[in-house]
Amino acid sequence: MRELVCIVCPRGCHLKIDDSLNVTGNACPRGEAYARAETTHPTRVVTSTVRLVGGQIPRLPVKTGAPVPKELIGSVMAELSRVTVTAPVKVGDVVISDVLGTGADVVATREIPETVKI
Amino acid sequence: MYELIVIGGGPAGLAAACEAWDAGLRRILIVERDKTLGGILNQCIHNGFGLTYFKEELTGPEYAHRFTQLLAKTGVEVRTDTMVLRITPDRRVHMTGPSCGYRIEEASSVILAMGCRERTRGAIGVPGARPAGVFTAGAAQRYVNVEGWMPGKRVVILGSGDIGLIMARRMTLEGAKVLACVEVMPYSGGLTRNIVQCLEDYKIPLYLSHTVTDVLGRDRVEKVIVSRVDENRRPIPGTEMEFACDTLLLSVGLIPENELTAAAGIRMDPRTKGAAVYENMETSLPGVFACGNVAHVHDLVDYVTRESQRAGAAAARFVLNGPAAGEEIPVENGPGVSYTVPQRVRPENVDKSLGIFFRVNRIFGRSRICVEAEGREVCGFDRERMAPGEMESVTVPKKLLAGVKGGLTVSVREVEK
Repeated sequence: MRELVCIVCPRGCHLKIDDSLNVTGNACPRGEAYARAETTHPTRVVTSTVRLVGGQIPRLPVKTGAPVPKELIGSVMAELSRVTVTAPVKVGDVVISDVLGTGADVVATREIPETVKI
Repeated sequence: MYELIVIGGGPAGLAAACEAWDAGLRRILIVERDKTLGGILNQCIHNGFGLTYFKEELTGPEYAHRFTQLLAKTGVEVRTDTMVLRITPDRRVHMTGPSCGYRIEEASSVILAMGCRERTRGAIGVPGARPAGVFTAGAAQRYVNVEGWMPGKRVVILGSGDIGLIMARRMTLEGAKVLACVEVMPYSGGLTRNIVQCLEDYKIPLYLSHTVTDVLGRDRVEKVIVSRVDENRRPIPGTEMEFACDTLLLSVGLIPENELTAAAGIRMDPRTKGAAVYENMETSLPGVFACGNVAHVHDLVDYVTRESQRAGAAAARFVLNGPAAGEEIPVENGPGVSYTVPQRVRPENVDKSLGIFFRVNRIFGRSRICVEAEGREVCGFDRERMAPGEMESVTVPKKLLAGVKGGLTVSVREVEK
């Protein structure tokens, strides 16, 4: 038996999961899925920024389009540090496709217009 | 002459303007002091936004983007890089910016959506030297996420509000060592999910009932001293711990941005520290509304959106149908509750139901929320668990408000299992 706090939504249900992966305490099916994943192969969505040129700001916020294995968070950060993106950027533009073979793309989360040069 | 001027282009202002447009107003202006719309969401690059409103998990910039896209479909005028200096009781809005110079615009209605600001070191009186390296967590967030600067390498965080927790993870991911998160209260001020995914995931210790009792360093922070506190939040001598660090981040609370509101003579509420509002988010100044963090500090943007839509619709109704009418009654906080929004209600002006936001003043287990009038329960709601860091809301059907005199009281009591 293991106790967890669900991080799927701000409600923060207090979950219990037993050795045969039966989940109690969840208010919705997402909590059940979270407790199973957290017990067998924990994953997280990674949010960070990458270098940006040609826009009004020097950093572009990005996220992994799907959760990636928790133990790969550090490696994903290392991949992001090698990337430079040039404006203009649209929300959802792929910055790194299939990062580290996880199947998740790293995508832009902010629209950045090209800065007009005078 | 505008039908509506919205002050602030963050989540509150965007939702209010869109809603007012949908309700029929056509001459609407948003005034924003930053260079882009979106407000604080632009620096909140983490995910978790929109779970209740959009039923999906978005980052802050994505949540803002949803609304700027909606806004682009309207004819709402936007003036960025423009600062509002003053609002008068007859709804003249004084502003200044590179595109308009110093300008006074008249409006039939005004929505205050200026958000909040962080409490600083001065506000809580952290003792010690005053070297560089002490930042509010939100300032550090802007440096890291928008401007691309790292504020330091070895970090202690004072306060366990959500921004502090989020920054503990963010600084760690960017290569800093976060030594401790220190909270003076016996419970965290942030959401439980943030304790889990920002501290526990990265094995950052959380010291409850502790505070920073000294800051040392000449030019830059060199170390901070952390002590345990007693039940009266007094540091206990002999419990000092020393952390060698170069940075102290403060996440010690937010307060509504009140300069314009107070200067306009609008009635304030000492409990929310923001403008007092009616059921439709109207302030004591007719035709002037307040919503989002300028009215009371929220922890979820989804609630800001809903509340601001209420304000936007009400501003449209004020312009198109005239002022709200009816008797007014106060809404008060009873035992267990630290504040309510709205603070006053005109039952006649309530649409189908009255939404009341509030916070509890301590952690509650299984409990019952009672909305009472003259000692009689008007309606009640059951909860499994409540915490001061998590805003609560209840909805009272309009028909239950019929005949209520003397005011409503919201209270919370624990019930036996």
